[in-house]
Amino acid sequence: MSILDQPSSSSLSGGGVTSRQAWGLVGLLAAAIVAWLVFAIWPAWLNAILISKKAFVSAILNGLTLAGLYFLVASGFTLIFGLMRNINLAHGSLYLLGAYIGYEVTSRTGYWLLGVAAGFTVLAIIGVIMQVFVFRRLEGDDLRQTLVTIGISIVAADMMLAVWAGGTYQIATPEWLDGALTLPIITAVRSNGASVFLTYPLYRVVVLAAAIVIGVGLWLMLNKTRVGMMIRAGVDDRAMLSASGVNVHAVFAIVFAVGAGLAGFAGVVGGSALSVAPGEDVRYLLASLVVVIVGGMGSITGAAIGALLIGLAEQIGLVYFPTYGVVLTFVIMVVTLAVRPQGIMGKAR
Amino acid sequence: MHRRTLLALALFTGLTAPSMALAADDAIKIGLLATFEGPFTVLGEDGERGAMTAIAETNGTVAGKKIEIVKGSSDASPDSAVRAARKLVEQDGVKVLVGPLSGDEGLAVKDYAKTKPDVTFINGTSAAQDTTLRNPAENFFRFSTDGAQWMAGLGTYAFKDKGYKKVATVAEDYSFPYTQVFGFMAEFCKAGGHVPSKSWVPIGNKDFSSVIAAIPEDVDAIYVALGGADAVNFLTQYQQAGGSAPLIGGSITVDQTVLTSKGKLRDVLKGTPSAGPTADTNDAPAWKAFVDAYKKQPGAFPSPSLFAHGYYVNMKATLLALDQIGGDVSDGGKKLREALSKLSFDTPTGKVSLDKNRNAVADIFLTEVTEGSDGNLLNKLVKVVPQVNQTLGIPEDEFMKLGAVNRDNPSCP
Repeated sequence: MSILDQPSSSSLSGGGVTSRQAWGLVGLLAAAIVAWLVFAIWPAWLNAILISKKAFVSAILNGLTLAGLYFLVASGFTLIFGLMRNINLAHGSLYLLGAYIGYEVTSRTGYWLLGVAAGFTVLAIIGVIMQVFVFRRLEGDDLRQTLVTIGISIVAADMMLAVWAGGTYQIATPEWLDGALTLPIITAVRSNGASVFLTYPLYRVVVLAAAIVIGVGLWLMLNKTRVGMMIRAGVDDRAMLSASGVNVHAVFAIVFAVGAGLAGFAGVVGGSALSVAPGEDVRYLLASLVVVIVGGMGSITGAAIGALLIGLAEQIGLVYFPTYGVVLTFVIMVVTLAVRPQGIMGKAR
Repeated sequence: MHRRTLLALALFTGLTAPSMALAADDAIKIGLLATFEGPFTVLGEDGERGAMTAIAETNGTVAGKKIEIVKGSSDASPDSAVRAARKLVEQDGVKVLVGPLSGDEGLAVKDYAKTKPDVTFINGTSAAQDTTLRNPAENFFRFSTDGAQWMAGLGTYAFKDKGYKKVATVAEDYSFPYTQVFGFMAEFCKAGGHVPSKSWVPIGNKDFSSVIAAIPEDVDAIYVALGGADAVNFLTQYQQAGGSAPLIGGSITVDQTVLTSKGKLRDVLKGTPSAGPTADTNDAPAWKAFVDAYKKQPGAFPSPSLFAHGYYVNMKATLLALDQIGGDVSDGGKKLREALSKLSFDTPTGKVSLDKNRNAVADIFLTEVTEGSDGNLLNKLVKVVPQVNQTLGIPEDEFMKLGAVNRDNPSCP
């Protein structure tokens, strides 16, 4: 599907340079500027404009890790929507429940990885249960599905408040993920000529790496496996898929399990990087909605691009214009809706 | 279709109708407004414990009448606070309302109070300066002090005793932290200190690492005025980022609601100086008696937070005044407000009285975070600053010239 999703840019322009080549040049130029910003030692005037190189590069790195988290949550959301035309508004609750389960398992057993595994597995099972007992009954009825999922999210939020109360939990990361990494990026040069290198929390690098690995894994699953083929076929034409003898319900259940499991996984990973508290469910639901609207409903590549844009916008906004930073996210959404209503990677239907 | 819509409407009205306020005639209804949802949930719950401690002291009665508490919940946003206050006043019919908890909520409820002159509003713990200083409401009383008063003594202490000359601030972007930063800087800048960088972050922000990276590296300390989950997130990430500059705490940053959090943030908190209306290691018998009474409430912290304290003091004042007038609010609360304005009483933290704007004059405690014998983090009492008034001891006309608090005022880069 990601190949089909490419924006149509192959139309030839008159001057011998195709518009695709022109875009390539622009992209190269942008990459060169970013590389220079990251690796060069900044002149004083640039430091004056952008606070400091440390602040700028950290904001970029934080934007990337936040994008990783958003991607993990939104990829499940977008898959479920793409396949079932169902906006699961309880998706944020799955994130928060995963985080709480991860906290309980980690603090009881002392093994963080066990907590992560539990977050994924339990939520995957809950996802299947939701699909079988709720969504299968409401198939094809978009409005009712939406209302029911809103209901589920409200009930779930209050039940979680009853069990875990309103406190802020921090999932303890293991020793080997603690500490900071010194990156080969010089942020400043001291007066005695010694270079100051940028340090960055190791855990956040791991979050980013995990998101990339899972993103690639999802892409491979969708494009190289039989199940992926069925899912893609289901996204394009559900009726035809079921007519050709595939058990559509089984495919739905798999997608729901993966989507809900990823939300739970993101809950544990995100709860270790940031913290777990009531209200996170709505925050991540909103974030995935924006990511999916910007990236295009039903596209994994779109979710990655959307997450990247929103994550970077949030962090850069926070550093450079904190009061109006929130607006930036929605400006991106509004511009996308105005220019390309189906989303960057979405298909017009 | 028409009938279905009507049916839905009828059902909806039934659901949202007043929660059947069938109070007996000899009961006094008091509205209790606090944040029972959103980022400040833990704070609101402790505020309720404080209010309930005051009610338990009189065995749930005042002037021979039973007290009936009607709770209203907000999520720390001003509109939710006004909505909850309206529900309490207009649907449940309370004539006395204690709350709200947070700064912007206080400003909004004060404005609402002006439209309900026969209802008496007593603050919870909201501590924005202009709730009472500029354009106050005749029927809004604050027996807890404001955020600038809470900082009394801290700026001087940081400059003289700790030797910090340059301090960066990180605080949430609303009226209460503005007031706290104002209170700190008023003294710190006067003593000769400099604040080269101020970071204002949205309330409920989770990821502070970019903010931490943007703090200049050459500051002697960081003044942090964040509350609840925001404080926990900032402190944890500050520890993860290997932050080395010492911290100075806003009143609610080193409060029990944060000190009792689980995780690694304990290491960066030890030794943090702060100031506020309470100190955990206060030796005064009145305070110890209050702590014991507070601990009888379900889910209590090892030591009452300033929210428990604030709600306790305001609820106590309400009950004392109601007792004086025999619990009679049938005259639109006129006698009650008169009694409240004249009220002066001894709280667990010393004498409290009101100024002409109905804002409290009370003792403020300078503290430092230490580890107690049982492993809990506590605010150790360093010094008591007696009877701080709202203008911080500066003559009023001079104080008003400093201007209203906001992001850029005061400034001493």
